[in-house]
Amino acid sequence: MARCGSARCDRVIDTALALLAWLVALLVVGMVGWIVADLLRQGLPRLSWAFLVELPGDAGRSGGIRPILISTLLILGVCLAGSVPIGLATAVFLAEFQRGHRGFGPLVRYSLDTLAGVPSIVFGLFGNAFFSITLGLGFSILSGGLTLACMVLPLLIRSMETALRAVPAEHRLATAALGLPQHVSLLHIVLPAAAPGLAVGLVLGIGRALAETAALLFTSGYVDRLPDSLLDSGRALSVHIFDLAMNVPGGASQASATALVLVALVLLINAFTGWAARRWLGSLHSTTF
Amino acid sequence: MLKPSSSFHRHADRPLLWTLRLLSALAALIVALILLFVLREAWPALGQLGPTRFLRDPGWHPASGDGEAGYGLLPMLAGTLLSSGGAVLLAAPLGLGSALFATSYGPPRLRGPHRQLLQLLGGIPSVVVGFWGLVVLTPLIRQWHPPGQSLLAGILCLTVMILPTTALLSEQALREVPAASLQAAAALGLSRRATLEGVVLPVARGGLLSAVVLASGRALGETMAVLMVAGNVIQVPASLFDPVRTLTANIALELGYALDLHRAVLFVGGLVLMGVVAVVMALAAGLRSSPGHG
Repeated sequence: MARCGSARCDRVIDTALALLAWLVALLVVGMVGWIVADLLRQGLPRLSWAFLVELPGDAGRSGGIRPILISTLLILGVCLAGSVPIGLATAVFLAEFQRGHRGFGPLVRYSLDTLAGVPSIVFGLFGNAFFSITLGLGFSILSGGLTLACMVLPLLIRSMETALRAVPAEHRLATAALGLPQHVSLLHIVLPAAAPGLAVGLVLGIGRALAETAALLFTSGYVDRLPDSLLDSGRALSVHIFDLAMNVPGGASQASATALVLVALVLLINAFTGWAARRWLGSLHSTTF
Repeated sequence: MLKPSSSFHRHADRPLLWTLRLLSALAALIVALILLFVLREAWPALGQLGPTRFLRDPGWHPASGDGEAGYGLLPMLAGTLLSSGGAVLLAAPLGLGSALFATSYGPPRLRGPHRQLLQLLGGIPSVVVGFWGLVVLTPLIRQWHPPGQSLLAGILCLTVMILPTTALLSEQALREVPAASLQAAAALGLSRRATLEGVVLPVARGGLLSAVVLASGRALGETMAVLMVAGNVIQVPASLFDPVRTLTANIALELGYALDLHRAVLFVGGLVLMGVVAVVMALAAGLRSSPGHG
């Protein structure tokens, strides 16, 4: 910012900054409005109950998205089954046993921070090389879900650790004063008290996994049939949008309708997280998304 | 924090602690596993071609015969750096403007809704932003200056993707300015502009810079939003309207059918990407840990 002393110059800069601030505020409204309005205009006419429960036809140009919804749910299920046990255990370990700056905890935290910065397409490369090829799972719901599990782990752990730390220390002191061992205090006092916050972390993880595309392209694959088992390839909602938009001429309106379903799901989840975080945790999570 | 009350209880908690430790170690090992596997897959290319051919080779013809094959990643690296750089140049001032709106220049009534809209924008999946860019933005750019699918379209979609991060983190940085400093400035009768220049910006500078750097890390790693709109032609662009291909898009486009050395070179691309992002993230961590000294 230019240095100047006079009151007039002061006013000019102040006005310029106010203008910038208002411009950005309007821009944000405009951008959200534009994107949402376009999706609604193109997607809403296609959206119906039939769209959700029918099989896709003609490479997705007609019909519905039933197998895609089912594959998405299965991928999410695998992702949670893989990430929640490890995530919860690590969060408990970091929050309850590793409060200091020494020992094993900082190493785990550093490693997770690094993991959080890995680009999603690199998770795709890794998932393809490790789950699909080395472990022999091929292009399958299992490969995709486990790749997503690795990806959401840092987010899951960070929010669950925050939730555990928000449990008042008096709870732990009281159980310790009763002479209860720590695992009893953990299972019966700390975890139940932190449950709402843990749920928020879980839902944040689901939102992140739902929105992901790049990590799934080469792990869970493109096949749009109903999957018979977890070892079948299954197409997620996000991959369906990508494929319809890029590889299927005339697929744009079906892609819009699918995008509308995906955005509605993600926004519902985000709204729930925001509401739950405000209700139960103060504003701890309000800036994470 | 708490000393176990007796040796019996210490003993009883040991299996629990070891289980937790084991699972934490597993979580910590994932990043090493990723590095190991990407390196292992990239190894044939690094060994056979040497580390410099990716920079020196003039073209990208990874599937051609031995004589004519070219593995130049430079155009893709340029595409990644240019599109992310452009997006950051746009998003940084916009993010600061948004933070100013949310902390001092906007009416208090509108600050909450403004933040909620930003969070809403941040919640839109990248594939949806890419789709919107493909069907709405690129036709508009095509009318202005063909072909439409271009570096410019990539920059704009990336800006939409990273603006919420930049704006919300910048706002957080401005909020970390101690209230006592603001009250002191008010007591001195400083104008809003002088308070900003003399008090707020110097204190928040580290946080603001780290917001921008973190957002550029996200832009560098973004795949879908730029893959769907940037045209994916392998070239160093001469203008904003030329199509480009980023490192991420290159992997997403070719991994499906790449074999042998071609596949290995795609993993080299992944390594380069991880390297660039790691440098940026380290920079952000450095900036965050020294607030005010930028």
